[in-house]
Amino acid sequence: MTAHLPAAGLVKEATSAPPTATLVLAVDNMHCGGCLRSVERAALRLPGVSSARASLTAKRLTITVDPAQAGEVDLIAALDQIGFHAAPIEAVKQDRGDARQKYLLRRVAVAGFAAMNIMLISIAVWSGTASDMEPSLAGAFRWLSALIALPTVVYAGQPFFMSAADALRGGRLNMNVPISLAILLATGMSLYQTMLGNEQVYFDAAVALLFFLLVGRFLDESLRVRARGEAQNLLSLQGGIASVIEADGSCSQVAAHALRPGDRLLVAAGERVAADGVITSGHGQIDQSLITGESTPVTATPGTRVYAGTLNLTDALRIEVTAADSATLLAEISRLMLAAEQGKARYRRLADRAAQIYAPAVHGLGLATFVGWLLLGASWQTALTYAISVLIITCPCALALAVPAVQIAAASRLFRQGIMVKSADGLERLAETDLVAFDKTGTLTLGRPELLDEDASPDGVLAAAGALAGSSRHPYARAIAAAAERRCGKVVAAAGIEERSGEGLLRVSPEGEEERLGSAAWCGAESGGESSEVWYRRGTEAPRRFRFADALRADAAETVAVLKHRGYGVVLLSGDCAAVVEDIARRSGIETWRAGLKPADKIAWLEASAKEGHKVLMVGDGLNDAPALAAAHASISPASAADLSQRAADFVFQGDKLAPVLEAMATARRTRAMALQNFTVAAGYNAVCVPLAMAGFVTPLIAAIVMSTSSILVTLNAARLAGRGRS
Amino acid sequence: MTALAWLVPVALLLGGIGLTAFLWALRSGQFDDLDGAAYRALEDEPPDQS
Repeated sequence: MTAHLPAAGLVKEATSAPPTATLVLAVDNMHCGGCLRSVERAALRLPGVSSARASLTAKRLTITVDPAQAGEVDLIAALDQIGFHAAPIEAVKQDRGDARQKYLLRRVAVAGFAAMNIMLISIAVWSGTASDMEPSLAGAFRWLSALIALPTVVYAGQPFFMSAADALRGGRLNMNVPISLAILLATGMSLYQTMLGNEQVYFDAAVALLFFLLVGRFLDESLRVRARGEAQNLLSLQGGIASVIEADGSCSQVAAHALRPGDRLLVAAGERVAADGVITSGHGQIDQSLITGESTPVTATPGTRVYAGTLNLTDALRIEVTAADSATLLAEISRLMLAAEQGKARYRRLADRAAQIYAPAVHGLGLATFVGWLLLGASWQTALTYAISVLIITCPCALALAVPAVQIAAASRLFRQGIMVKSADGLERLAETDLVAFDKTGTLTLGRPELLDEDASPDGVLAAAGALAGSSRHPYARAIAAAAERRCGKVVAAAGIEERSGEGLLRVSPEGEEERLGSAAWCGAESGGESSEVWYRRGTEAPRRFRFADALRADAAETVAVLKHRGYGVVLLSGDCAAVVEDIARRSGIETWRAGLKPADKIAWLEASAKEGHKVLMVGDGLNDAPALAAAHASISPASAADLSQRAADFVFQGDKLAPVLEAMATARRTRAMALQNFTVAAGYNAVCVPLAMAGFVTPLIAAIVMSTSSILVTLNAARLAGRGRS
Repeated sequence: MTALAWLVPVALLLGGIGLTAFLWALRSGQFDDLDGAAYRALEDEPPDQS
């Protein structure tokens, strides 16, 4: 890699040749040229780093480093200091798609070069036929075309030939079979005619066809690579870093993906657990909403099983990492997901479904033309020329080029708005949905509690409670502090606060007055029977109660209203208890809701809806939603979701609002409309040209020009979609 | 017609140079980060040691 770094990269002069390793990091919030430089400089300042190159497109940083002097963790810390959130990416995974993309791009370039030159020569030859070109010169020009075309077909045609050969070996027909046939026949026939010194030479048509088809393939592959890369960045960034306790008791920072079963972790209060494990020491409360969908924290003691992605609320915990156990919730979820994904694999893309009908029709028409003309008494060369024209005319450029072009335009439009398209056929499936199922915690809601009846507490009480709560990382304490800040301005955390895990906060003022904030028992109050409450007591005054509820996303009700207005059914599916679910459903305007659903119940519900003929879009974030996300016809999850859920979802959106769901759905529908428009253009052109070609009025050259025109037309049509997103 | 004897090879050669340049650029990673390259062009400082 280093040898090929362009001049613009930052490269330190290497004095000797120390052992080097290449590290790739995903860098989250890199947006401009300035960020690019800061990131590269920060990396280069570390000892042992010999080169650093950041990519704004991929949002990644590639460095060469002497592993003895600096590792991933040092880099991440250095980037963190200047405000960039980074995470290591396993290098093995990242290059495969890239290589395929370059493989295609090289062939696009070669085919483009050859197509232009052959076209240039052909124009001279064809116009020469009508005027006074000497036959010997025309012959020489045809040989020149052959000289350019043959290596090009061999080199640039590979992707099609290989795929066609695979399909034939498996006894199937795919789109690449007629493509390969048209190219090989046209080239072979032209070579034969060139040798005979005849005029019917169509290298131009064969190579132009190849060029346009390759462009389509390249666009399709770019979409996949980009979607995959984004998804991988997202997952890596979520993993982050864990503190591992070494055998000698010291702590070291290790990237989460490098953790092994048996490692001992220290999880500080307010940190996310980096891997599945069992608590070995420490008591505290854990927010498992990402896993179970339940918003109330659970109490954790030694022996309690904890899952990656859960939030440690109160005390530092020590955890021993365990391997996936077949009896755990996680294993159950994985099993359900596997089953669900198998079901989904049966979905066939629009283009593939069209190809299923198209490929046999193309072969049939080509064969019929050949046989028909032979029967009418034409020479076999003429019959074959007409048949080739038919194959070229019908070549599925609209399928191979137009659909990927529309999809990549749609995907880049969505990327710009913070929505990542994770599966290539996701847009198609999303466009077909008619029913939207939301999860509650973390999807309709933000997944963090908010103070209820804020106005019921007097200023003084709220400010005092806020000052007390300011030091704690418990979500309820944070909600109180945030509410106090909204009401009374900046809240300074009081000094000398004692936090008792699972009970509450205590502060004794210099005058000997005691302030308590915490559970009902902690404050000596009569509990209201709800778990989502916190009490505050000053001295001997009567305790005051604070109640909490999960905050709805700001535009949840609005989004639901728009969905209903557009004619979608809206459902709320949650694993939480009925009272909470009903409240959220009422506040967001959803009439149909189900509470207390286990992951398997959600799948059962989805299957039942599918039987009724609904195509369901699942919007969810929790680990408990992952199987449902995989099973639903299409799925969207927020970027804050559990990593398994993000992996299962077709789309991932960023930010605190739900509006991206609407945007994705609208774009998906528009994408489908445009793909169909393009099919119509292609079908119309086929309806006109195929009969002409079969009747022998179209030479392969004209066929190639007409085919190219229709390809350009559908590509321009697709570009409209990307263009409109920019305003 | 003799003009063609050298015009055609020249045309092919020029096209070939363009193609080679593109393949070289692709291989040397200049198409890896199109968004970033747009900003790097505006960078004032020489692209060496920071």
